[in-house]
Amino acid sequence: MEATVTTANSEEKTWGGGNEPMGASYGKLMMWFFIVSDALTFSGFLAAYGFSRFKFIETWPLADEVFTHFPFMHGVSAPMYYVALMTFILIFSSVTMVLAVDAGHQMKKNKVVLYMFLTIIGGLIFVGSQAWEWKNFIKGEYGAIETKGGSLLQFVDKDGNRVALAEFAAVLPEEREQLTRSKGKWFMDEPSLPSYSVAEVQAGFKAHPELLIRTEVITKEKKKTILSREESEARLSQAHYVVEGANLKRNEYGSKLFADFFFFITGFHGFHVFSGVIINIIIFFNVLIGTYEKRKSYEMVEKVGLYWHFVDLVWVFVFTVFYLV
Amino acid sequence: MSHEHVSNIGRIWKVFGILSAVTVVEVYLGILKPDFLFMNDFLSMNLLNWIFYALTIFKAYYIVYAFMHMEGEKSSLRSAVVFPVIFLILYLLFILLTEGDYIYEVFKNSTIKWNF
Repeated sequence: MEATVTTANSEEKTWGGGNEPMGASYGKLMMWFFIVSDALTFSGFLAAYGFSRFKFIETWPLADEVFTHFPFMHGVSAPMYYVALMTFILIFSSVTMVLAVDAGHQMKKNKVVLYMFLTIIGGLIFVGSQAWEWKNFIKGEYGAIETKGGSLLQFVDKDGNRVALAEFAAVLPEEREQLTRSKGKWFMDEPSLPSYSVAEVQAGFKAHPELLIRTEVITKEKKKTILSREESEARLSQAHYVVEGANLKRNEYGSKLFADFFFFITGFHGFHVFSGVIINIIIFFNVLIGTYEKRKSYEMVEKVGLYWHFVDLVWVFVFTVFYLV
Repeated sequence: MSHEHVSNIGRIWKVFGILSAVTVVEVYLGILKPDFLFMNDFLSMNLLNWIFYALTIFKAYYIVYAFMHMEGEKSSLRSAVVFPVIFLILYLLFILLTEGDYIYEVFKNSTIKWNF
């Protein structure tokens, strides 16, 4: 751990080991370069998201209509509050991490233990929040119709408020049994059926003359286009599939790629948080049993700290790209 | 790591304050979406989004320089980490966003209608 500067004093020791290029120990330097490569991976994903968004710039879903849930507040539209809370939790766990590193520099074991513990708790809360966010996203709220051409139709009332399929869909005396492996050949099955059939949605729409259809196209006022009643009926006759919630094939929010990117990028980030928590737990126990006390250096805490801050850094960008812009 | 470490606790809390304040401003603007920012474009992106990206970079700077303690590293390490990332990301964004916009124009102005 005797740090020497490459260019200074000991010329003859250059090839003798113990040198630290750029004034950083081997482990720290490698952590930095791992972070560089990981940052480029994430930028690749986010840039791909930007590419797809630019490609479908006129029909991309509006984020503040998608993420509107807050725990224990049902039916209340609360865009952004929950994700802002998640952001705070992650930033705060970053703060406790850097406090742990700081305490490590001063060899205060008990403080390191406390701050590492708080960091781990913060990380777990964040991962849990993300799981909840995913649950809402997958479950969906209103449901929509996919047309034969692949575009998505949502339902609104006269004032432009969204209407859920369950509020108007008719109940027709039809039975459509789900195909499972036990009923067909071993390779034949299908995902669980939507709650309503296309015919039921069409019949319900006919019976509710106050309903209109909203398409994906964004107008000059940066809102989604709402069709007239005649146009709505014409578009709905092209209905092909009832979409509820989101999966990797289609989602009720709009462009198919939107859900794919959401799952992939927040999932990849969530995986980073999860592995960060695991690494933090390992280091936490090492601190507890006094490994770094014996080593007389808490540099290991600093290294996992770098990784943990990087996770926070990525979230800052994911937050902007998915929720704000 | 033989060199002396002074405690940075004051600075840590200050940076936390800055990051929180910026996040609050972002959320506030994101919910309010003031028209004079949201409806005016600059380089084919609205001003509000420019502000969001600027604030994001601002936050990223504080996380890397204060929390990851980049400001305490040797300038060679700083350059080796920061410059490649900035250059490659700008390059990648330029290529992909230009291409995405081009494909949008193709879909819009020609008879191709292909959803993928």
